[in-house]
Amino acid sequence: MRNRLIGIAGGLALALASSTSAYAQELTIFWAEWDPANYLQELVNEYEAESGVTVTVETTPWSDFQTKAFTEFNARGSAYDMIVGDSQWLGAASEGGHYVDLTDFFNEHNLGEVMAPATVKYYAEYPGNSGKYWAVPAEGDAVGWSYRKDWFEDPAEMAAFKEKYGYDLAPPADWKQLTDIAEFFHRPDENRYGIAIYTDNSYDAMVMGVENAIFSYGADLGNFETYEVDGYVNSDKAVAALENYKKLYSYTPPGWAKTFFVENNQAITEGLVAMSMNYFAFFPALLNESSNPHAANTGFFANPAGPDGDQFAALGGQGISIVKYSENQEEAMKFLEWFIKDETQKRWAELGGYTASSAVLKSDEFRKATPYNEAFYQTMFKVKDFWAVPEFAELLTSANQRLYPFIVGDEGSAKETLDALASDWEATFKKYGRTK
Amino acid sequence: MASQVMTNLDPKSRAAAKGLSDLTIRNLFIIPTIAFLIIFNIFPLLYSLAYSFTDFRASTNAPAQFVGLQNYRELLSDPFIWKNFSITAKYVLISVAGQVIVGFGLAMLLNRSIPAKGLITTLLLLPMMLSMAVVGLFWKLLYDPNFGIINYIFGLDKFEWLADPDMALYAIAIVDIWMWAPFVMLLSLAGLSAVPKHLYEAAEIDRASGFYTFFRITLPLVAPILMIAIIFRTMEAFKTFDLAYVLSSQPTTELIAIRLYKMAFQEWQTGMSSALAYIVLIMVVAITNIYVKYLNKVKAR
Repeated sequence: MRNRLIGIAGGLALALASSTSAYAQELTIFWAEWDPANYLQELVNEYEAESGVTVTVETTPWSDFQTKAFTEFNARGSAYDMIVGDSQWLGAASEGGHYVDLTDFFNEHNLGEVMAPATVKYYAEYPGNSGKYWAVPAEGDAVGWSYRKDWFEDPAEMAAFKEKYGYDLAPPADWKQLTDIAEFFHRPDENRYGIAIYTDNSYDAMVMGVENAIFSYGADLGNFETYEVDGYVNSDKAVAALENYKKLYSYTPPGWAKTFFVENNQAITEGLVAMSMNYFAFFPALLNESSNPHAANTGFFANPAGPDGDQFAALGGQGISIVKYSENQEEAMKFLEWFIKDETQKRWAELGGYTASSAVLKSDEFRKATPYNEAFYQTMFKVKDFWAVPEFAELLTSANQRLYPFIVGDEGSAKETLDALASDWEATFKKYGRTK
Repeated sequence: MASQVMTNLDPKSRAAAKGLSDLTIRNLFIIPTIAFLIIFNIFPLLYSLAYSFTDFRASTNAPAQFVGLQNYRELLSDPFIWKNFSITAKYVLISVAGQVIVGFGLAMLLNRSIPAKGLITTLLLLPMMLSMAVVGLFWKLLYDPNFGIINYIFGLDKFEWLADPDMALYAIAIVDIWMWAPFVMLLSLAGLSAVPKHLYEAAEIDRASGFYTFFRITLPLVAPILMIAIIFRTMEAFKTFDLAYVLSSQPTTELIAIRLYKMAFQEWQTGMSSALAYIVLIMVVAITNIYVKYLNKVKAR
């Protein structure tokens, strides 16, 4: 009898324990390791205070992010309830059945109107113009520029620049001015260099940098409806853009052959360059006196226009999606409902996150909150992105294999490089049945 | 008396009386080993072989479609893959040759009676005890053209070790030599210490030159163990990933292992990457067989 009682008590304890986990008010969001993830953790702590649901933002270094996320997807793992996935993943993750279809949620909350159009187009919708949504725009981001205000505003430098180039030294209005300024400040003898650009050939770093030029020169990567690439990515405008990007590489500091966001911020903090390309999400560190001794003298500007006045920038940022294998999808949906509220989006922006909410972005409060928010606001309405098709990684590999030897290795011409890239991409699209 | 009782028992009872029979003990060791090999080695090997004939992509929910030898055909006709192989071959050649020369040289030095020989040997072995990733990050800083100590020491100003596409592979090989030459040194030392002293004494009596002694006595006798070191290091160098990935993953340093990793875990071309893994495996086995045949010839001499 005693044994039976012990057994019943044990069984009850086990049942209670398992029922606790079944109703666990816990959610896990997976993201890359960077400041916005810390801001998100701060934000979700407030959700916990309101709802009692504990939300943990789990992070991994950027270099492992895609591999780790897709490994978990491929294993149909439920470790993550939500993921703040890269925009390029939309095709692979939705066609692979890894994301929950959020179309009804999106339409019900009219997010197409609430969020900035570019963020809806690139962070949420796949295929393009299909009206199918797989994510809620979470962290808006794009590539912008930081610069040394004190160098630009030095009267002697200004006079010398005016004499040499015939116009005033100021944040560049177009890519020609950007190149002139880079050339002007490139003084290896003084350990001072013109510019820091992305050159890392892994994943999308260098491709994003080149996109900045290609898009602003009025060219494109291809026809996103028909998957035609010949005549787009190797157009005359794209060739001119790539030539200019290579020219900019000659004004970078020594050893600038494999650089991405860390090095480009370092270029400013170490006083190496006049201008540095980087995602807006990394700019907060440049305003921090403890991490940037030149913080007071650091200014920001949006990606300048091309020769014909086109002005675009490469899109960064991510949308938040619910993982299909999550055991807490209902709870995750409730969290998203909270996340898209105006007051939450406002708070998200206050904490340092780049909201995608049109209303918050347009508000004077947001635009004047930091020295770079205005540039960010301008940029987020003129961004373009890489292919979001499931085979995006193969397209990136081809781009890296073709662009890097030209830009860094000085191999071939821009035309040859882009013709070869167009040919590679055509073969890839053909392989996956997108073209005949 | 006890032994007499034992001999009167039938074999089964005798084994039971002793405890576990020889057969049982053998099975206890062999069965888990076989199970382990089948589960973790043979099954994945066969599974990936099957995948290599399909268009399977692990990132999708689509079932694998049999494509025959298409993956192999595509890979073998891909100029980028051949470039990866040629980079790998160049790297293996530089790296292993460097390790053998430096390692054997160090062994020759340490084979003499020098003070603090034990301490020096231990210190020289330290690099190979470090993690590859840590070594990569450490050398990345040493090579840095802006604040790296190597350029400072050699007065190279802003020399770009890792950023220069033509120099990067050599820079990685230098690190690999630094790290693994001690391994060759260790094996060579074992070989050198096994050379009978009377051969040297005889050579001395015959007034043989140092050159003659080295090429006629030292090298032939150490050659078999040196060949073992070369086999190990060739296999390792062929599959180098972490060092090159951390130091400078650019087209001119994209070794085949890096390409394989990208294909499998960044592009999720599971079928294609399985085929590439088999091509690499066949190459490594072929190279190793050539070495082993040569090793047997050396031993036979």
